[in-house]
Amino acid sequence: MTVVETNIVSLPPTAWQRLKKRKLALFGMALIFATLSGAIFAPYLTPYEPNNQMFDGLTLQGAPMAPGAQFALGTDLLGRDLLTRILYGARTSLIIGLVANGVALIIGTFVGVTAGYFGGILGSVLMRFTDLMMAFPALLLAICLAAIFQPSLWIVAMVIATVNWVQTARVLYAETASLSQREFIAAERTLGAGNMRILFRHILPHLTPTIIVWGTLGISTTVLLEATLSFLGVGVQPPTPSWGNIIFENQTYFQAAPWLVFFPGLAIVTLALAFNLVGDALRDVLDPTQRGRA
Amino acid sequence: MSVHDKTASVAPVAADDRPTVLSVRNLDISVRTEAGILPLVQNLSFDLQRGETLAIAGESGSGKSLTSLAIMGLLPPPAVHVASGEILFDGEDLTKLPETRLQRLRGDRIAMIFQEPMTALNPVMRIGDQLTEAIRAHEPMSARAARVRALNALQAVRLTEPERRLKQYPHELSGGMRQRVVIAIAIALRPDVMIADEPTTALDVTVQREVLDLLRDLATDMGMALILITHDMGVVAEMADRVLVMQKGQLVEQAPVHALFSTPQMPYTQQLLSSVPRMGKGRDSTVDTSACPLVSIRDLRVTYDLRGGILDRVQARVHAVEKINFDIFVGETFAVVGESGCGKSTVARALTGLVPHQGVIELEGKLMLRDRVSQKANTRAMQMVFQDPMAALNGRMTVGDLVREPLVIHAIGTAQSRADRAAELFERVGLGTDALDRYPHEFSGGQRQRICIARALALNPKLIIADESVSALDVSVQATVLDLLQELKAEFGMSYLFISHDMAVVENFADRVAVMYLGQIVEIGSSAQVFGNPQHQYTRRLIAAAPYPDPSRPIPPRGKLATELKSPVLPVGQSPEILRYQSIGEGHLVAV
Repeated sequence: MTVVETNIVSLPPTAWQRLKKRKLALFGMALIFATLSGAIFAPYLTPYEPNNQMFDGLTLQGAPMAPGAQFALGTDLLGRDLLTRILYGARTSLIIGLVANGVALIIGTFVGVTAGYFGGILGSVLMRFTDLMMAFPALLLAICLAAIFQPSLWIVAMVIATVNWVQTARVLYAETASLSQREFIAAERTLGAGNMRILFRHILPHLTPTIIVWGTLGISTTVLLEATLSFLGVGVQPPTPSWGNIIFENQTYFQAAPWLVFFPGLAIVTLALAFNLVGDALRDVLDPTQRGRA
Repeated sequence: MSVHDKTASVAPVAADDRPTVLSVRNLDISVRTEAGILPLVQNLSFDLQRGETLAIAGESGSGKSLTSLAIMGLLPPPAVHVASGEILFDGEDLTKLPETRLQRLRGDRIAMIFQEPMTALNPVMRIGDQLTEAIRAHEPMSARAARVRALNALQAVRLTEPERRLKQYPHELSGGMRQRVVIAIAIALRPDVMIADEPTTALDVTVQREVLDLLRDLATDMGMALILITHDMGVVAEMADRVLVMQKGQLVEQAPVHALFSTPQMPYTQQLLSSVPRMGKGRDSTVDTSACPLVSIRDLRVTYDLRGGILDRVQARVHAVEKINFDIFVGETFAVVGESGCGKSTVARALTGLVPHQGVIELEGKLMLRDRVSQKANTRAMQMVFQDPMAALNGRMTVGDLVREPLVIHAIGTAQSRADRAAELFERVGLGTDALDRYPHEFSGGQRQRICIARALALNPKLIIADESVSALDVSVQATVLDLLQELKAEFGMSYLFISHDMAVVENFADRVAVMYLGQIVEIGSSAQVFGNPQHQYTRRLIAAAPYPDPSRPIPPRGKLATELKSPVLPVGQSPEILRYQSIGEGHLVAV
């Protein structure tokens, strides 16, 4: 209390300046950047096609090649280059990560903010529906939805979005409900401001840090869910590579050719970790209540 | 700090021969920020004698609370720390003691009372358990013996039914009773030194009176040394033997209380004392009350339902405001005064349409409607200035945008004319136009309240509702903001509805006053009538309870035991009895 009242000589550093001081966040951003570049420049990074079944990609006995000079990460059961498939698979993972998560974020924000701001019966109905979605096993729902619609990249993205908006809605509901009780909102009402003005000019700007943080953290969940669905065979369909279906296709050869499961698995873990690191750091630098902690 | 500084200040000589229990020598407290190390308290030295009450007075940011936290070894780590100096207690330097030794001293030898009793108590532990826990942490004894000690402590703080209190939880008690429990925990081990940090700031004035009396008696009875930290010069005058005045982390003046109030030496002390509002006999109103009133309130009633149970039925009703009537005339400052929970803020919220209400509100003779279009029109005539300007301003907008916003909402003028108007308003409330692009957190509390006032003025309202608008401000800032409000009224001819708990401020500022108690007005009249000739016993009690900034004035007679407050919550179907009034003449009405 007293500390706040003293004269602060210079402006507090911006969020970006604080973020730059965190080594783990920078590491996470570097990993995301590397994955992104790998996905975009895949055709230039590898001489092979992702779906090309090469004759010399298999041993004479017809077994996949181990990592070596010709194929850096080895080949799969059909003689396709694993590195190439992982690079192209990054496109799938990132598209789903961004699109599915973006849609989930929009739904979650809409539901959470509407319920939190207006409250009453509308708010109760929306939040009980959210609770219902939360209680329902997300994976089961995703499998059902994926089974009803013909699985494709976009369908998978939408399926993931319909199960992943729930947490965002919950968090934003609580935050909006408490923001709506704050005095500056009452002050805006006494100025004659309408609901839309209060929502868009006064509530949403205060929610931006939370939305950014949940958006970032949500990407790792989405990437993992996509991998899980593809692994279960209801996600992205072959021959389009995705990290999950690479593992799915090759799981039976896990003991004979462990690299086929190990490398795509490593890619999934690394990308999820990278988004988590960045998301955590963003939460720390954007949340004023966390400021000043180590 | 340098060695040279240390030798320069000599310890003050004790005024009398009582032994010194605590001695602070050249204390420096600093904070590490991202902008470097900033000093918060500089070169502070003082002694505390046994049985003495020492007041540390100062405005916010003076370092008075940090000093007390430093003595307790409770400075918030790691950023804030004692940079140099010593705090001598019982021959030991507290700043050098390890945490385990400090823990043994805290509570046992040095105890502390904080401002907000609800946060100082554990909400899920019974009062008795909290007391016995504190006692047994320092003195190993049986649970039964500790319970007896706890009971004695509760009796010492004059709580009614101490046996029952032991089994109660903090939320079952009123604010004043909770503060008594906090004091009971502090005195249970008979400490040598008790530090009270703004112990009555969060309490109502009548409760404050009781708690101050209690603290004074306990200090005398137990021979305790009391350090009283406060911003309120009235409390200083009534309680202290000796006073330290601090400003911006430095000691300004140190003197016995009578000397300080009669002959303040330093300019800052003089300014501080002159800005304290003093109660007198009220002032006469010059407002013409024969004309048509600007705002007329008839049978205004606001109730809230309390729901509960499995079926979420309405179980009880809060009668926040119960059928009150009053008029506000053009150019008048009408004050509503009362303690927390009396419904005074609810009146403001009902007027602005923030809470639904029953009854009739007329604006210039026309009934105020609450549909969306009329409501928007209503806001042009009526603006509100809130208590905490930081909370009332959206921290993510520049103050220029905030002041222009009402004009944007009501689609008044062009972008250029709005910018000009904002600049003009800023100049008028005493802020530079270069400040328009800054954010609220870059301003001080008083400046922020000026921004809120500028925003309220933007629509040229006929009435400004000031809900405790100066209560959160330091006393010197409060005086300048009140002056500004007075000037603006003269200039623009609007009226104020001034809501406050502070009798002295109301008396000096208002033309007419209504005293509220439990949702109803108990006395209404001109400032001269209500303060010069108070008729209702509640009004008299409020006036007597207000601390008076003059140590030579005799302390009014003792309050009684702490009792539970009457509550405005009634079961469904019951209504409070509507008060009837008796006219004393010339508009002075008193409830009978």
